[in-house]
Amino acid sequence: MSLVRLGALGVGSFFCVAVLWGAVQPRDAVVPDPVKALYKHPHAIEWVHNGAGNLGITGTFDRKQLQRGFQVYKEVCSACHSINRVAFRDLADLGFTAPEIKAIAASYEVPSIDDKTGEPATRKGTPADKFPLVYPNEIAARAAQNGALPPDLSLIVKAREGGTNYIHSLINGYADAPASWTVPDGLYYNPYFKSLNIAMPPPLAADDQITYVDGTKSTREQYAKDIAVFLTWTAEPKLEARKETGLAAVIFLLIMTGLGYLSYKKVWADVKRKSA
Amino acid sequence: MSFPWAKQYQPTTEIGKFFDKQLPLPRFVYGALGAGYPTPKNLNYFYNFGVLAGVALVIQIITGVVLGMHYAANTTVAFDSVEHIMRDVNGGWMLRYMHAVGASFFFGVVYVHIFRGLYYGSYKPPREVLWMLGLVIFLLMMATAFMGYVLVWGQMSFWGATVITGLFSAIPVVGSYIQTLLLGGFSPDNATLNRFFSLHYLLPFVIFGVIILHVWALHIPGSNNPTGIAVKTEADTVPFHPYYTAKDFFGLGVYLTLFAAVVFFAPNALGEVDNYIPANPLSTPAHIVPEWYFWPFYAILRAFTVDFFFIPAKLMGVLAMFAAILLLFFLPWLDTSPVRSNSYRPLNRILFWVFVVVALVLGVAGGKPAEEPWVRLSQVFTAYYFAHFLIIIPLVSRFEKTKPLPRSISEAVLAKYGNSAPGVAAQPAE
Ligand code: HEC
Ligand code: HEM
Repeated sequence: MSLVRLGALGVGSFFCVAVLWGAVQPRDAVVPDPVKALYKHPHAIEWVHNGAGNLGITGTFDRKQLQRGFQVYKEVCSACHSINRVAFRDLADLGFTAPEIKAIAASYEVPSIDDKTGEPATRKGTPADKFPLVYPNEIAARAAQNGALPPDLSLIVKAREGGTNYIHSLINGYADAPASWTVPDGLYYNPYFKSLNIAMPPPLAADDQITYVDGTKSTREQYAKDIAVFLTWTAEPKLEARKETGLAAVIFLLIMTGLGYLSYKKVWADVKRKSA
Repeated sequence: MSFPWAKQYQPTTEIGKFFDKQLPLPRFVYGALGAGYPTPKNLNYFYNFGVLAGVALVIQIITGVVLGMHYAANTTVAFDSVEHIMRDVNGGWMLRYMHAVGASFFFGVVYVHIFRGLYYGSYKPPREVLWMLGLVIFLLMMATAFMGYVLVWGQMSFWGATVITGLFSAIPVVGSYIQTLLLGGFSPDNATLNRFFSLHYLLPFVIFGVIILHVWALHIPGSNNPTGIAVKTEADTVPFHPYYTAKDFFGLGVYLTLFAAVVFFAPNALGEVDNYIPANPLSTPAHIVPEWYFWPFYAILRAFTVDFFFIPAKLMGVLAMFAAILLLFFLPWLDTSPVRSNSYRPLNRILFWVFVVVALVLGVAGGKPAEEPWVRLSQVFTAYYFAHFLIIIPLVSRFEKTKPLPRSISEAVLAKYGNSAPGVAAQPAE
């Protein structure tokens, strides 16, 4: 079998030399990336739905906050963004009653087909419908938005590093660009956005832009928190069930494991005794 | 096979006797996982991971089959169908998180299992075939997990599929033909998704079959053990049941508790956020990475940055990545030391831990963007990876001075528990 070892020596040397040859090549001088220098990570803040220690093990959504977040969405964001994966009936999770949901659904027009002519038409939404798209397709969206595409927000919290924190930081993260940075026309400087230049105009410009009915202070900071929590719910409507089930499962498994440990010790007692 | 003292299955009921004559399945299980399988009595917790891997596969199959009832393998709706599972199917979120996290845990367990084998020399005679069957399982798992990840049809699914199948195009002459065959076209599309779903459904059952061979091959010589020395007498063994069934049940409890903690409290921690964006062939993510369990091999792939004589860098990377796994098939003939366990190989034991660190660093580097210092680090550590198996181990196994072995497993156990058996020169056995 020394042939195997001879072959191995050959193959091993071949790969080693090839890869180390690459390692000793000089590298291009690193050009400092101005985006990296100005980019800001989202602030980590405590969320009620993350429960004790912000760990995400316990905690439920604040229903009032979800409703306020929905209000922010409806009054501001829905002008440009859809939440097409959410059905009206899902709003029951937020504490809305069946008649309220019916009324909300009916205030939206959803696509349908005219049952006489067969032409595309619209009708009033029902609780079983999803929130309709704002634009029928990407081309229409870009045409209306100066070439930019406002993404569907249903899953945005799961689709961005930082999740809930990111939405909160981004929405109120608009700032004046430093002198070293030029913002192209039609874009806005926002250091929390990956390229720093975002096509979305600051959606929440002033306190009191939205009037909360539950007595909560109407501030931009509060709006940003509420919309961030609402979008956390749209991204994972089953979040509360997940943690509840998890707690029960982990407690059950801990007990099972404890009993398993005791029976393991008992089964092995004679073997260990004989050995010791 | 078995040791002469293995207990024989004795059917006690009429129906038991009836079946034993016509289809002795209970006899088979009794001999494989029951009281009829004498097992070294000194196995430590690292020996739980084989059973854990089996359970992990069963969890993947059960959750996967139910997911398959709701999933639609069509590019226009695949992503939506996964979200439908998450939102509208009863318990669907749990199935999907168990399946996604389960794949990660499966790899974690199998990696521990493989490193256990490396440490205790389980690949050495008489277990070479057993070792190679394990590697076949590992390769099949990688193919299965890669294709499963594509099924979601998110951004990382699409671009991961583009990058990985693109590797084959580096192979001269037949490369682009293989790539087209894998994809069913020139880029990932509906044909890709359909064949990947078909294969993703098939391969776990192939894995199941190979596991049966793996366990069969295990039962010929019996389990290795931390001393690496062979079983000699009945005193060295205990019956698998109840001793190791009890220990494995406890190990399984610990495993499932950790698994549940991640599934329920941090189900997306091991994933990439980009895969929650539906696939878009027109928008390339800034940083394409595979799942963490591929990172060491991804680091090796990307470590080859310059052409080597007439071989393009990309081809070198692809060759190295495949070689990095395939060389493990030759390990039984590269490591010629007659001593199995690293407990008695002072030099090789240090090298083992050096290799663990190298593998971990390659893992970290593989998950980073292709920037310094990660590229150069990958290059140096890739060189060590190959040198370790192909140059250093063959030499060390030749010249290393090993420590004296205990005379038997029982003797080693006695030494460990503090009493040296009468007439035996005291010597440490770990
Ligand atoms: C006037 C239209 C408009 C309104 C109103 C609007 N957006 Fe946007 N939004 C956009 C556009 C356009 C983009 C795409 C930005 C880009 O790609 O540069 C965007 C992008 C985003 C993104 C994605 C950023 C990323 O990381 O890619 C988030 C999150 C977002 N908007 C949240 C909101 C929220 C929350 C509201 C309501 C408070 C809102 N938007 C209101 C137009 C709008
Ligand atoms: C070796 C065992 C298996 C492994 C390692 C594995 C791995 C994976 C992975 C990594 C994913 C992507 C998960 C995600 O990010 O969502 C996935 C998805 C999927 N798998 Fe498997 N799988 C296995 C067995 C099976 C089996 C037997 C089926 C039966 C049909 C199956 C059906 C599916 C389906 C339908 C999806 C897409 C839906 C989803 O993403 O949850 N899998 N698999």
